[in-house]
Amino acid sequence: MTPKDRPKRRLTQLEVLESEAIFIIREVVAETDNPAMLFSGGKDSMVMLHLAVKAFAPGSVPFSLLHVDTGHNFPEVLEFRDRCVGKYLLNLVVASVQDALDRGIVHQEPNGSRNRIQTPVLLETAQKNGFTALLGGARRDEEKARAKERVFSFRDEFGQWDPKNQRPELWSIFNAEVHQGESIRVFPLSNWTELDVWDYIRQEGIDLPSIYYAHEREVFERGGMLFAANEFCRPKNDEPTSVQKVRYRTVGDATLTAAVRSDADTVDKVVAEIATTRITERGATRGDDRVGAAAMEDRKKEGYF
Amino acid sequence: MDLLRFATAGSVDDGKSTLIGRLLYDSKSIFTDQLESIERTSRAMGSDYTELALLTDGLRAEREQGITIDVAYRYFATAKRKFIVADTPGHIQYTRNMVTGASTADMAIMLVDARKGLQEQSRRHAFLVSLLKVPHLVLAINKMDLVAWSQDVFEDIRHDFVEFAAKLDIPDLTVIPLSALTGDNVVSRSENMPWYQGTSLMTHLENVYIASDRNLVDGRFPVQYVIRPHSNRFPDYRGYAGKIAGGVMRIGDEVVVLPSGLPSRIASIESASGPVNEAFAPMSVVVRLEDDIDISRGDMICRPHNQPKVSQDIDAMICWMSEEPLRPGQKLVVKHTTRRARALVKDVQYELDINTLHRNEQAEELKLNSIGRVRLRTTIPLLADEYHRNRETGGFILIDEHSLRTVGAGMILSV
Repeated sequence: MTPKDRPKRRLTQLEVLESEAIFIIREVVAETDNPAMLFSGGKDSMVMLHLAVKAFAPGSVPFSLLHVDTGHNFPEVLEFRDRCVGKYLLNLVVASVQDALDRGIVHQEPNGSRNRIQTPVLLETAQKNGFTALLGGARRDEEKARAKERVFSFRDEFGQWDPKNQRPELWSIFNAEVHQGESIRVFPLSNWTELDVWDYIRQEGIDLPSIYYAHEREVFERGGMLFAANEFCRPKNDEPTSVQKVRYRTVGDATLTAAVRSDADTVDKVVAEIATTRITERGATRGDDRVGAAAMEDRKKEGYF
Repeated sequence: MDLLRFATAGSVDDGKSTLIGRLLYDSKSIFTDQLESIERTSRAMGSDYTELALLTDGLRAEREQGITIDVAYRYFATAKRKFIVADTPGHIQYTRNMVTGASTADMAIMLVDARKGLQEQSRRHAFLVSLLKVPHLVLAINKMDLVAWSQDVFEDIRHDFVEFAAKLDIPDLTVIPLSALTGDNVVSRSENMPWYQGTSLMTHLENVYIASDRNLVDGRFPVQYVIRPHSNRFPDYRGYAGKIAGGVMRIGDEVVVLPSGLPSRIASIESASGPVNEAFAPMSVVVRLEDDIDISRGDMICRPHNQPKVSQDIDAMICWMSEEPLRPGQKLVVKHTTRRARALVKDVQYELDINTLHRNEQAEELKLNSIGRVRLRTTIPLLADEYHRNRETGGFILIDEHSLRTVGAGMILSV
């Protein structure tokens, strides 16, 4: 990049978002005692890790990764997660929901979902490890409650978010100060959209778990969504299965995350697909957000991601 | 594709939510499931039509009470630009919210109801846009359909506003007559107002020139973090990470580090996409210097003949955001660039009436949502520019030492 290449010294929207996210990640490390980054191996996680590596190069990433493992995982994603951790020599802390169930700390919900019980497991693990700040890949375009959340989002000693009592956030000056026991969640990708994430994945050549690209899978339909038939999610008698070409837009608990029909088997095709889609990624694929208009708001208040 | 951030301002019922809804809808940024969800909620609320306002009212309390509590951020893109919208509510905590939304905005869109003309609130909003130095302002005269597309109504409101704005610092003003409800002049030019020669709002948003709004003259690099890998591969590496807050940095440039005043030269610059010969605001980079000098977070690298002021005495316009008033003698934490200091409130010089711009010099304190000129004394010097020269190095926040909440925003007038 020479002055000749940029006569007007302009940045593309991806360069502006990247610069902002790197600034935010560095700010967390500079301002908080013991941060960690939430990491699932999903696409937003992978973009976050890529940015964290850039932010501290040629040094190493100066914080641990924290994965809340519901025990209902896509094997491709777990394998991918471990490969990343090895590649960048990172420290991975796993908060196991299964383990918490076994210890009787949490109890399975009647519908078999482990979504809501992730929260106490996350909070317990963060507390045990003394994490005072958690970096997450959530974006404001995902959901209405998130559209109003700060980049540096304050949590009280119960890990709760109070939407009506947020700290004003001005310019690029962030308030990361907390008392003992309180914490901060930080979302460097706040201003990114799903399309920005995919454009960036393409631009940077970021590796993703294979389930993000179109592949053949045995699925069945439930509540208008396509679920994979596997050990965590078995079709009922009136739910016939078939092999379809699908991909995942989000990766979460395997009992809740639905696939979408797609032929997009390369990053270029996914970008083209996202650019024309008319359904949000959570609306298309997340059973957990269909519970009600305020489902995410309620979970966030309790301390969800 | 580049990025434009804009904030919207307006009173209750002036059609702000409808306008944002239309911009999102016409740029195909509302998704089917979002639309279905607000259609369901609209029916449940007993409304006969789809309330586009629900797209921006995200929280349960807001839906139940039909009000907007907090700044919401929205995203849409056209073939030309990506847009970030800071949607600031008109009534509750309007000063705090508008100041927050405007602090990062390239542009503000202020809505006025054509039937009502300029309101007290319109003047307040225009003042805040000017105080926060938002470079571009659009006065959107909405609901033109309800005044029979009258050019006279438009000209009267425009005239009133231009007269008022003369007292403010608004470098670029565009006035557009439109109807958010019918879409006239929102995305395409209106056929109902042939007398209007300007562009539609969307065309203006796509084309307004923002590249020269950044300060590329005064080189300012607040050091955010020092990278020292201590690894076998990089045993002696020492790089200064940060986001350039102003100007252009080039390899070989003579620099001076503040507050120590020690000189050096730029040895290398690493951008997010690799080594570069030059970098500019607002890039996040890692800079290495030719000399080994002691530099830490909060220091600033700049040019020898163009330096910010180094001072412990700060005069600033403060927007106060706490229930507990700001009073002389109070101690606060100030965060300015990457620097943190403690500050003592020396004096409230005046409180500004944001409706009349009258200065009340008898004021002894600043209450919630009021704005005034305040003198601070800091424990360590700030490396500061006047806010009108650089928003990044001229703005600061104030934090309460006990609650740790952000209680004020400051814009430096002089140091």
